[in-house]
Amino acid sequence: MNWTAIRAIYVFEMARFFRTIAQSLISPVLSTSLYFVVFGAAIGSRIDQVEGVSYGAFIVPGLIMLTVMTQGISNASFGIYFPKFIGTIYELLSAPVSFLEIVMGYVGAAATKAMFIGIIILITSFFFVDIQIQNPAAMVAFLVLTCISFALFGFIIGIWAGNFEQLQLVPLLIITPLVFLGGSFYSISMLPPVWQTISMFNPVVYLISGFRWAFFGIQDVPIVTSLLAIGLFTSLCLGAVWWIFKTGWRIRQ
Amino acid sequence: MSTILSIQNLRKSYAGGFDALKGVNLDIEEGEIIALLGPNGAGKTTLISTVCGITMPTSGTVTVAGFDILSNYREARSLIGLVPQEIALEPFEKVINTVRFSRGLFGKQRKDSAVEDILKRLSLWDKRDNQIRELSGGMKRRVLIAKALAHEPRVLFLDEPTAGVDVELRKDMWEIVEQLRTDGVTTILTTHYIEEAEAIADRIGVISKGDILLVEDKNKLMARMGKKQLDVQLTSQINAVPDALAAYDLTLGDDGWTLIYSYDVNAERTGITMLLNDVQKAGLQLKDVVTRQSSLEDIFVSLVNQPEAAQ
Repeated sequence: MNWTAIRAIYVFEMARFFRTIAQSLISPVLSTSLYFVVFGAAIGSRIDQVEGVSYGAFIVPGLIMLTVMTQGISNASFGIYFPKFIGTIYELLSAPVSFLEIVMGYVGAAATKAMFIGIIILITSFFFVDIQIQNPAAMVAFLVLTCISFALFGFIIGIWAGNFEQLQLVPLLIITPLVFLGGSFYSISMLPPVWQTISMFNPVVYLISGFRWAFFGIQDVPIVTSLLAIGLFTSLCLGAVWWIFKTGWRIRQ
Repeated sequence: MSTILSIQNLRKSYAGGFDALKGVNLDIEEGEIIALLGPNGAGKTTLISTVCGITMPTSGTVTVAGFDILSNYREARSLIGLVPQEIALEPFEKVINTVRFSRGLFGKQRKDSAVEDILKRLSLWDKRDNQIRELSGGMKRRVLIAKALAHEPRVLFLDEPTAGVDVELRKDMWEIVEQLRTDGVTTILTTHYIEEAEAIADRIGVISKGDILLVEDKNKLMARMGKKQLDVQLTSQINAVPDALAAYDLTLGDDGWTLIYSYDVNAERTGITMLLNDVQKAGLQLKDVVTRQSSLEDIFVSLVNQPEAAQ
């Protein structure tokens, strides 16, 4: 394993993040604050409580997941697409590194960025609502797994994308709807039965449910199912990455 | 000298059925500078890309210092530095960080003194903290070279290093290559500027349509295929070569204003003195006399048009 190379990629990618640290942090903090104002204060005052948790606190895990998933995808997909776009990919391909090392560098950096922003949002939310985390270890585990698996997914999108439109397409058309309909702002039990059934086909439901369980001990689906879901998603992404590695798909002719 | 790079029967066919390389064989000695000369689309970049790992060979073998580029790609690639044809750099990153990145990517531990040395050598040290996008085109090319040298490779590929570069920078590039040679770095450069191959290469390979037509010592090549030409410009126009000059096998050029004489540079007697005497005897007045050496360009054109001339 060429750790020097993995570190070089990781450091270089993180430098991109720190170059724009202001935007990287201000925008999630601002949007989170807006969510709290709109959903927490304005609407939340009418919803009051969800399964014994104040509505303001209830949406915190969903908000973190929402941001972490989109950030993981966009960071990783941009991270690998940009070198393809500007041509610097030649250096990665001619370097004495395996595809696994490239993935570890890029996905590691993207997951770190997503996690960083997730933690910032958690800290921001302390200013708005009262939160106690019942199971911190599970919370961290869910957060880390989600960051990594969605960064992996973003990496695949970045490899696949042939232009900037395609780069935006999957997050915009698939991820955002799934995340919004995945119970970020409500409990699945609040939906009519038909929609409850449909929601069960949304993988994001399982992730948010598990993450929320780590906070408050309440869940839409059993925690084991949540763990299986994230495990399955991570395996699928790993499988796809392995296949790309084997075939050189869209990278090496 | 030992062979540092060995290419055996290398083929590359693209999915569309296009054969970019049709069984290339080439051995490159350690420490030499070899220029691969060929028109656009000849397969120069494909050859480099395949050796460097950017594209996969269809068949054939390539070894770098004995390491196979597929089965021992880590060892092979860490010996190679590549300067691509197009300028491809991270625009917002600082010069020094991109060079450090390249060094790390190729598995070398961070060593600031080595990076400093490379940047100074390429006159980039003053620009080390500038963002890439602030640099001129020439400076960006230097950064590409610095990146390629960051891991101290033994073989350097320069893919059209001076395409679109001004004369001064071109001369600088040649100096850099010359300097690298004293460090023992083997340089393989592609170019379609014949002047460039003539100026810096030890050996010249001519590549056309995916095939290497010939590889030869530059001086031998020029001597072997070099002919000189004497143009005798006249003060008055003539219709035909006078009979008195028939023995010289002259041709008439410039609508009868010039007599053209071809001779072999390597011959003991070129016959020029006799020719000029006879021209005078034939009653013709000389206006001017010009000699021209057939350049690599002429050799190159004749090779690409008639590959059998290489044999």
